[in-house]
Amino acid sequence: MFKGGFIQNLPKIYGLYTGGFLVFILMMAIAEQAGVTAKTIGILFVAFTVAIYALIGYLSRTIQVDAYYLAGRQVPTVFNGMATAADWMSGASFVALAGGVYFGGYSYMAFLVGWTGGYVLVSTLLAPYLRKFGCYTVPDFIGTRYGGNGVRFCAVLVLVLASFTYVTAQINATGTIAARALGIPFEAGVWVGLVSILLCSMLGGMRAVTWTQVAQYIVLIVAYLIPVFWISNKIGAGVFPHLMLGDEVARITQLEGQFGLVKNSAADVKAAGVPGGLKSIAVAHAGVGAGGMAVWKYISLAICMMVGTASLPHILMRYFTTPSVKSARKSVAWSLFFIFLLYSSAPMLATLSKISLMDPNLPTGIIGKSIADVQSIEWVKQWSSQKQVFIADFNGDGILQLNEWFMRTGVVVLATPEVAGLPYVISGLVAAGGMAAAMSTADGLVLAISNALSHDVYYNMIDPKADVRKRLIVARVLLVVVGAAGAYIASMRITSILGAVAWAFDFAMSGLFFPLVLGVWWKRATREGAIAGMLSGLAAGTAYLIYVYPKFMGNPAWLGIDHLRFGLIGAPVCLVVMVVVSLMTKAPDAATQRMVDEVRVPSGKAILGRAH
Amino acid sequence: MSNKEKHWQKTKGHMIMTLVLWAFFSMVIFLFGYEINGMSFLGYPLAYYMTAQGSLLAFVIIIFWFANKQEKIDEEFGFGEKED
Repeated sequence: MFKGGFIQNLPKIYGLYTGGFLVFILMMAIAEQAGVTAKTIGILFVAFTVAIYALIGYLSRTIQVDAYYLAGRQVPTVFNGMATAADWMSGASFVALAGGVYFGGYSYMAFLVGWTGGYVLVSTLLAPYLRKFGCYTVPDFIGTRYGGNGVRFCAVLVLVLASFTYVTAQINATGTIAARALGIPFEAGVWVGLVSILLCSMLGGMRAVTWTQVAQYIVLIVAYLIPVFWISNKIGAGVFPHLMLGDEVARITQLEGQFGLVKNSAADVKAAGVPGGLKSIAVAHAGVGAGGMAVWKYISLAICMMVGTASLPHILMRYFTTPSVKSARKSVAWSLFFIFLLYSSAPMLATLSKISLMDPNLPTGIIGKSIADVQSIEWVKQWSSQKQVFIADFNGDGILQLNEWFMRTGVVVLATPEVAGLPYVISGLVAAGGMAAAMSTADGLVLAISNALSHDVYYNMIDPKADVRKRLIVARVLLVVVGAAGAYIASMRITSILGAVAWAFDFAMSGLFFPLVLGVWWKRATREGAIAGMLSGLAAGTAYLIYVYPKFMGNPAWLGIDHLRFGLIGAPVCLVVMVVVSLMTKAPDAATQRMVDEVRVPSGKAILGRAH
Repeated sequence: MSNKEKHWQKTKGHMIMTLVLWAFFSMVIFLFGYEINGMSFLGYPLAYYMTAQGSLLAFVIIIFWFANKQEKIDEEFGFGEKED
């Protein structure tokens, strides 16, 4: 169906799609004026966008192996950049990032640097070389470079552990958004989310996921940027918020001084009956903590996220789909550009949201007003009833103080349009954007896991003689099984026990970063070294996580390395063990050395052919 | 030294140069976060600006620069790809 003309026509097709989406938003705005209820608009937004993704998924169906695993290696540079950006920016990025900045301030923003800086490592150390290699999956590279099923299996193990940690959180996010937009229970929302995810990926594998991710990127970036620009202009903060919010940041710092930044004691919070997970502002918006530990906390978190980024298989595999090595490299740059558009907007949204609530000169300001007045505001009523915001009058004076106002982090993105008095159509748009972000990442992750299981475990280890038809059936069955397992765990609501999204980065960096990098950059790295490195890195990282995580053993963190940063234990162990064992074992044979030499130059054929 | 080895030497040099720039924008400036936050850029405190926007933008520019220069290195040694 999508032969020949499709790739040349991409700009036109997605241009039309974007135009169509904008027209749809306008129609919804008109419908709102005409009296259609907010609930109907929310349902229409989510249903319409998901239907489009499903249609793209159906049109991209394929029965070819290289289309299923690599989208036929013909995804143009810029479009692959958009797809990677959607793959990368999860439901958590979309919904929780601005909230994290809002409550966490400077030290939280180490995530922003970490989740973007990692792409420099991807482009310099890995992406172009893995593209030249021509592998289908990340373990495919490890298995061929080091040789043997043992090493391949270790790579699959790390991949599954890291990606599965991540995917349950994504399916959880899809479920939450679907549940809220469609007005169904969370458990049902999770399964609706799963079906939407599978519709996008099952028939066409990587090809279908690629083209839906491009569509999802367009929806999510429109949904993120429109509110930021609109609010900024509405409150007169500046036409272009990214360059013009300096005064607002200064004003927030001044207001923080005026209202006072008070950290509530846990006992007070509990006595007032504040629902779990809600926070008050207790950290300076733009201030930087002094002292060596503050610096180390910031930099160590940034390092973990950067190195983890460069080891996450669902991101690396996106660069296997470009037509050439050159375009793989450029594509990393475009990916980061598209990610930058959203990430640089998150602190701006946090600033706008905070000043809207804090500044008594703005009509939306609530801090310093009487609590009775604040409680009668429509959006406060609505979000209070859902336990997303809470007021606790600690000093009993009937006036809302800064430390008496509690919010859940996601509310910063989800409620700010309402807070700033934007029409409901924008809130519907934001729900569609959140859904797009969560679905696109879940799709990439589920595909990464099931491809590793079908290509590396089934085809390479169990049945190397399987024909194309059988391989693709197995791939699809595994896709459904992996997705269902993720949804089942998400529906049990134990994701908070399974831990933070950051863990996926730490697992990946503990087990995969050095085996991947040294596979290209150090010819002397051997199979035994890689196996020992992966297993010991993973074991050391996991052991430290169990040792330090409050819900497991809960020991005090060593040198400030807490459960978000356990990769700082795993990765160095992996490196040292891998180098020592490699030097103790026999150097790789001449054929392997030649293969590494070949990988290092862009020209010539890929090491592994189109169909392997 | 063979053509291939020379190409790899130059590629390695370029990689190291890129990672030095990366380390500067991702780590070195944040070693001095407290000290530089008193300075201002576009009206924002400097450390706040860098972590919210500045370093992110620097990474985008670094990768585009890296990719363009690496393409030139590949072509110089005759390893450029013909088709695109």
